[in-house]
Amino acid sequence: MDAPTTDDAPDDGDRPVRGVSRRGLLGLVSAGAAGLAAGAAGGVALASTSPLTAGAPQTTTTYPFYGEHQSGITTPAQDRLHFAAFTVSASLDRAGLIELLSDWTAAAARLTAGLDVSEDGALGGPDIAPPDDTGEALDLPPSGLTITFGFGPTLFTGQDGVDRFGIAARRPPGLERLPRFAGDALRPEWSDGDLCIQACADDPQVAVHAIRNLSRIAFGRASVAWSQLGFGRTSSTSTAQKTPRNLFGFKDGTANLKLEDRSAVDEWVWAGGEDVDWMRGGSYLVTRKIRMIIEVWDRQQRLEQERVIGRSKGEGAPLSGGTEFSEPDFATTGAAGEPLIDPTSHVRRAHPSNVGGIRLLRRGYNYVDGSDPLGTLDAGLFFISFQRSVGNFVAVQEAIATDALAEYLKHIGSAVFAVPPGARENEYIGRRLFES
Amino acid sequence: MSRRLLAALSGGGLIALALTGCVPNTPTDDAAALSVSITDDTCAVSADAASAGAVTFTLSNEGTDVNEFEILAEDKLRIVGEKENVAPGQTVGYVAQLPAGTYFTACKFQQVGAPVGLAEFTVSGESAAISDDEQELTDAAVTNYVAYIRSQVGELIPAVQSFTDAYAAGDDDLARSLFASTRVFYERVEPTAEAFGDLDPKIDFREVDAVADGLDWTGFHRIEKDLWPPAPGALNSDGSDATVDWAPSTAEQRTAFADGLVADVAELHDLVTDDAFTVSLGDISNGAIALLDEVASGKITGEEDWWSGTDLTDFAANVQGAKVAFGNVEDIAIAHGEDGAALVDDITTQFAALETLLAEYGSIEDGFVAYGELDDGDKKELSDAVNALAEPLSRLTSTVLGVS
Repeated sequence: MDAPTTDDAPDDGDRPVRGVSRRGLLGLVSAGAAGLAAGAAGGVALASTSPLTAGAPQTTTTYPFYGEHQSGITTPAQDRLHFAAFTVSASLDRAGLIELLSDWTAAAARLTAGLDVSEDGALGGPDIAPPDDTGEALDLPPSGLTITFGFGPTLFTGQDGVDRFGIAARRPPGLERLPRFAGDALRPEWSDGDLCIQACADDPQVAVHAIRNLSRIAFGRASVAWSQLGFGRTSSTSTAQKTPRNLFGFKDGTANLKLEDRSAVDEWVWAGGEDVDWMRGGSYLVTRKIRMIIEVWDRQQRLEQERVIGRSKGEGAPLSGGTEFSEPDFATTGAAGEPLIDPTSHVRRAHPSNVGGIRLLRRGYNYVDGSDPLGTLDAGLFFISFQRSVGNFVAVQEAIATDALAEYLKHIGSAVFAVPPGARENEYIGRRLFES
Repeated sequence: MSRRLLAALSGGGLIALALTGCVPNTPTDDAAALSVSITDDTCAVSADAASAGAVTFTLSNEGTDVNEFEILAEDKLRIVGEKENVAPGQTVGYVAQLPAGTYFTACKFQQVGAPVGLAEFTVSGESAAISDDEQELTDAAVTNYVAYIRSQVGELIPAVQSFTDAYAAGDDDLARSLFASTRVFYERVEPTAEAFGDLDPKIDFREVDAVADGLDWTGFHRIEKDLWPPAPGALNSDGSDATVDWAPSTAEQRTAFADGLVADVAELHDLVTDDAFTVSLGDISNGAIALLDEVASGKITGEEDWWSGTDLTDFAANVQGAKVAFGNVEDIAIAHGEDGAALVDDITTQFAALETLLAEYGSIEDGFVAYGELDDGDKKELSDAVNALAEPLSRLTSTVLGVS
C-alpha cells in the first residue's frame, strides 16, 4: 500500500483508524469481529491498466487520506467520479456536525486504504443485523480511491441567515455563490450544497461504494441534495498522464496545472496567508454541470469545430502551429491577415494571457445521464476546478462565458465549496474551522 | 439481578406484565384494589389514578356478552396489559405492573371493534424494580404485541363492514370518507398479515402488482379505483392506460368485492385470535423496520393509494405501527447495555422528528392533505426523516436479541 509519488505529505499508508462517535459506533463498529480488508492485498498487481487509461495509476494504488492537503486535488486524476452535495438536516447542531465530520473522516481513511467502512464491514457483523458496509466493493482493489470533503457557503450561514454552527464569522470572505454568468440555465437540482464529497477512483464501483456508505453514515444528519457520476477524466493533472478527450472529441486539459509543477500549484491551488487561518493549505472547489448540445456540435464541419476550440482535433495542437504542448501564438495570422487562432475561440478566451495570468486546476469528468425524452444524449462535462480563490474562477468564467464554444453549451448546475486542508491522523477534516 | 437490567428498568421504561400466570400477585398494602364495572357500552374504573407498581383491578362484567379489559400506553395504541375473556356475570381479579406514566383504560365488547370507555389513567410515584428476568420481559413483550395485533384486527372488522356496506350500496361519498380511516387498522399491523401469505395480496394488492402476479385483483385498492374512477387518459402508477383491462364495477361486482374483503379480514381475525398464534421477539422488531420499509418503498413514491391520494394516512399508520412494535421491545434493548440505550435514544429522537414532520400535513383523525399536493421538496424532507429513523431501527433486532 505504498503511496505513489504525489504532492501529498509523505505518510505511511498503514495506519490505525481513529475512533468514531458514539452514534457512529452503533452502526460502524461492534466489538470483537476482526477487520475485513476488502481486496487490500498490498503489493500485488491485480489488474493491468487498459490502453484507454494508459498512464493512469495501477488499480492497486492507494493514496494516503491524511496529509497536509486533502487528496483528490493534485492526485493524478482517476478515471471515474462520484460527486455528492449534501444538505445538513434541520436538527443538526455544532456538536452533531463535528461528530459527522469525525465519522466521515474515520470512514474515509478506511475506504481510501481499500478497507470496508468499519471493522465489522460487509460480512463481520451479527448475521441478524444489516451489514455496516454495503459490500459492493468486496474483492475490488483500492483503485486509487480518494475522498475529498468541502464546505458550501450555506454551511456558514443558512438560507435563513442563521449562524447554526457558530462559524459564520469564520466564513472565508470569497466563499459565496457564484455570480450569474451569460448562458447560465442553472437548475436547483444540480446546484449548491452545504457539504460535498468528491470520490474519485479508477473503478466506478469503488467511487459509488464510497459515496453510498458515506451517505448512509450521514442519514439523519445530512442527506444527499444531488449527486453526479462521471467517467473519463477530462483533464490531466500529471505530466505522466496522457491528455484525455472530452465528449466534443477534443483533447481537454492540455494546459492544465500539473502536480509536478509545484511552484505553480502553490501559487494557484492552495489558499495561503491572504485567507482565513483555517483554510491555509486548503483550496476552493467549483463544480459546473455543463450540458453539451451534442447533436448540433456533431453536425459542425471539423474546421469549424477546430476554429471554435482553437486547437486541431487530432493532435490537439494550437491552430497557430506546433504540437499539443506548443504555446498558442495568438499573433500569428493567415494569408488574409486573419489570426490563425480565432479571438473568440475557447483557447484564446481561457488562456492565462487573457485572464490576468490566472490558472485553474481542472479536474472534471464527462457525464452521460442517459438520454432525454427527445432521444438526445443527456451528456456533457461535469466541470470541477480547484483554485486558491473563488474569484479566480469567476474571472476565467467571465472570459469564456461568451466564447465561440458557449453556443454548444448550457450550464445547468453550479456549486462552490471551501475545501479545508488535509487532516492529520487523529484529527477530523475541518477541525481547524471549529477549534483553532 | 443484573445491575444493568435494574438500572434500565428503573429509568422510566415502561414494562407491564400481562401474563397473569407469571405476575407475582403481591400488591403493596396501600394499593387498594380498583374496581372496573363493565357493561356492553361502558367501562368504569373506580379511580383514574394509582401508585406505581402492582395495580390490582377487580373486573365485573355486568353485560350480555364476553368482554375484555385493556390498559393502553399514552399513544392509546400499544397495549401494556389486558385481561381477556371476562364472561357475563363473572368477577375476576387482574394485576398489572405499571411504572409511573400516563395510560388509558378501556374495555372491548365481544373483544372486537373500537375500545369502549377509553379513559385516562395516571400512575405516579416511585417505580419499584419490576422484573429481574429477561425471559419475563420477553414474554411480556410478546404477549402485549399479540394483544395489540388482535386489537387492531378486531377494530378492522367493523370498520371494513361499514366501508364495504357503503360501497356496495353505492353510497360513494360515505365510502370515500371511510377509505383511509379503515385502512389505518390494517396498515398498523401489515407485516403480520403479510406473514399469512395469500391474505395480503387479496386484501391490499395494487392493480399493477396483481396484474404482474397474474392474480384476480380484489381488496381495498380495487374498491378504491371504483370510488375514485380515473379520468379519461389517466395512467396507472406504471404508466399504462388506466382504463385498459378495467371498467367500473357493476352492482354485482361491487357486492362480490365487498363480501370478499369482509371475508378476508374475518379470516385474518381468525388467524390472529387462534390460540396458537404468536410472534417472536425478532418478529416484533423486524415488524418495526418492515413497516418503515413499507413507507420508504411504497408511500414516499405515492404509489400506494394512487387514486385516492390518501398515502399520508397509510404512512402515518405504518409509523404508528412501527412505534408500537419498537415500544414493545425498547426496554429489552435498553437492558442490553449502553449501546442498546444509545440506540433507543436515537430511535426515539427520530420517531419524534418524523411525527412532528407528519403533523404538518394533518393527522389520522382529521385526515391528511392529498399526496399529490406535496412537492418534491416536501417528499424529500419526509424521505430524509424516514431514512434517519430506518437506519437505527434496522439495528434493533440484533440489539434486542443480544447479538453483537
